[in-house]
Amino acid sequence: MSQPRTLSQKIWDRHLVTPGVGGAPDLLYIDLHLIHEVTSPQAFDGLRMNGRPVRRPDLTVATEDHNTPTEDQDKPIADEISATQIETLRVNTQEFGIVHYPMGHENNGIVHVMGPEQGLTQPGMTIVCGDSHTATHGAFGSIAFGIGTSEVEHVLATQTLPQARPGTMAITVNGELQAGVTPKDVILHVIGVIGTGGGIGKIVEYRGNVFENMSMEGRMTVCNMSIEGGAKAGLIAPDETTFEYVAGRPNSPVGAELEAAIEDWKTLATDEGAVFDEEVIIDAADIAPQVSWGTNPAQVMPIDGVIPGPDDFDDPNLANTAARALDYMDFEAGTPIKDIKVDTVFIGSCTNSRIEDLRAAAAVAKGRKVADGMRTLVVPGSGLVKQQAEAEGLPEIFREAGFDWREPGCSMCLAMNPDKLQPGERCASTSNRNFEGRQGRGGRTHLVSPAIATATAIAGHFASPEDLA
Amino acid sequence: MKAVRIVQGTAVPLDRTDVDTDQIIPSDWLKRVERTGFEKGLFSEWRDDRDFVLNQEQYSGANILIGGLNFGTGSSREHAVWAIQQYGFDAVISPRFADIFRNNCTKNGLVPVTVSDEVNEQLIRAVEADPTLEITIDVERLTVEAPAVGLETTFPLSEAIQERFLKGLDDIGLTLRLATDIDEYETTRKPWMPAQA
Repeated sequence: MSQPRTLSQKIWDRHLVTPGVGGAPDLLYIDLHLIHEVTSPQAFDGLRMNGRPVRRPDLTVATEDHNTPTEDQDKPIADEISATQIETLRVNTQEFGIVHYPMGHENNGIVHVMGPEQGLTQPGMTIVCGDSHTATHGAFGSIAFGIGTSEVEHVLATQTLPQARPGTMAITVNGELQAGVTPKDVILHVIGVIGTGGGIGKIVEYRGNVFENMSMEGRMTVCNMSIEGGAKAGLIAPDETTFEYVAGRPNSPVGAELEAAIEDWKTLATDEGAVFDEEVIIDAADIAPQVSWGTNPAQVMPIDGVIPGPDDFDDPNLANTAARALDYMDFEAGTPIKDIKVDTVFIGSCTNSRIEDLRAAAAVAKGRKVADGMRTLVVPGSGLVKQQAEAEGLPEIFREAGFDWREPGCSMCLAMNPDKLQPGERCASTSNRNFEGRQGRGGRTHLVSPAIATATAIAGHFASPEDLA
Repeated sequence: MKAVRIVQGTAVPLDRTDVDTDQIIPSDWLKRVERTGFEKGLFSEWRDDRDFVLNQEQYSGANILIGGLNFGTGSSREHAVWAIQQYGFDAVISPRFADIFRNNCTKNGLVPVTVSDEVNEQLIRAVEADPTLEITIDVERLTVEAPAVGLETTFPLSEAIQERFLKGLDDIGLTLRLATDIDEYETTRKPWMPAQA
């Protein structure tokens, strides 16, 4: 009998081109390489400088998302530098024969929404992208991680990556979630527990009935934020929910091949008796709807809580970081979170821009009005999400409630396109990072679920749907 | 990449934890398609504060950056490493680096030096007390030394990465030598894996 292995160890072993000997890294085969306009131009330049071709253009798919405006996509991009970056991707993909979904194409969208939607993401794969939120694809039981531009060039040239074998970490959440607790709240709570560096050097496997009962979109929200806990990747064992989601998509296997694939995918789950390097166990009942209060994603609180002060932390590092965050966020310790007014609400990003997120937001928005003076953006993750939302009448619900319904893209997650915060503005955001200036210089970001974001837009201050009249 | 054996010089103490790559280089700078010219973007929002450590004259000319715990978290942007290097740093010291940032360092010849919390703290205090303190990082012996304060310690680097630093090797060139192994591996891939026509 071979040693019991974890899900991530099994996938890793399957992708060894050559094992690393004597301290050398393993050479890992990459099944899918997703690229976008921001982290690829210097990589293509490197290829050209060295006269190297793309080894497997057929395993490479491109989209444009970070720079794309979410209004007037039928017109040329006004920002010249953004326009040049996007044009560069179009030229590069054309030159090297790579499938590319440009702005306006129905398959265009945020790279981590597009991949799963197109059936490019399947269980048991290795997937990389020059984007730290690539762990999203781990929701399917794949090893998916973000890489830098030098590594993008390496994958383009060789379809492999030299990688040291990561450690393993299990995060198990069992029990019953409280009413109103969504996948976003689960992952924010998890990051609050393990800290921003808790997962460094490890692949996290999310285990337990809470994840087993989640939809694929919920699992994507969870795996998406693995990097915010420092993890190299995050994944969930594939099951019937996964197979059902994958079947019938453009790049998915069909017929006998699908059956064979499913039989194979069932063997990937962590073996009984496999040992993780580290295990964290969380009781589902302890998780409340979350709001981040600081400038890193581990600085989270239940929405019914109050802003903490540096004295609330025993660790001097955490206390110092809290003091800096309170200063940047302009907070007094002890302020009830629900008393905090916001002026902007952003619903979107690779974390929360899929159809279930929009449905959750629309369910709260329906028949209500956003607070006076509130700026809102609802940004579908892709052209196909937008179409689906339109077919369900969601844009009308949002518009009637006073929300601004937009075209697909990364939007206000990262301030690389016209959707930005102004200095001092405070935003309830369904995105993934509350770093200083992340949504625009001087802007203040609070990470929340789509339901909390929507309720907050209506109330004018942080609120749960239950708080609304 | 250029070979690196010894990094010797003075340091800037950036005494903050969780310095994420959005702080190292804000996203506005990521729109550029070139690989150079990022030095002006380094910590550009923090540099507007006159008291920010990079603006303090006593640290000018330093080529070693000392950060806190969880340095380089967040976005995968390699621009963060380019900015640090192009500003003039050859090494970064921290008790713990984020994975992608550390990988990006090793692809560009920026030496990531992981030291204990205690040594990191000692170095920051020592440099604050004496900005001219000379620090030597030896990639061959994997040591960090500041003789003036009696500090000598080692840091970890895998043999493969150490060799790349010392010889300035091109990763892609190394992997392309294994092209037959890659060819062979490709014959074993599952037939249902997605591929574009």
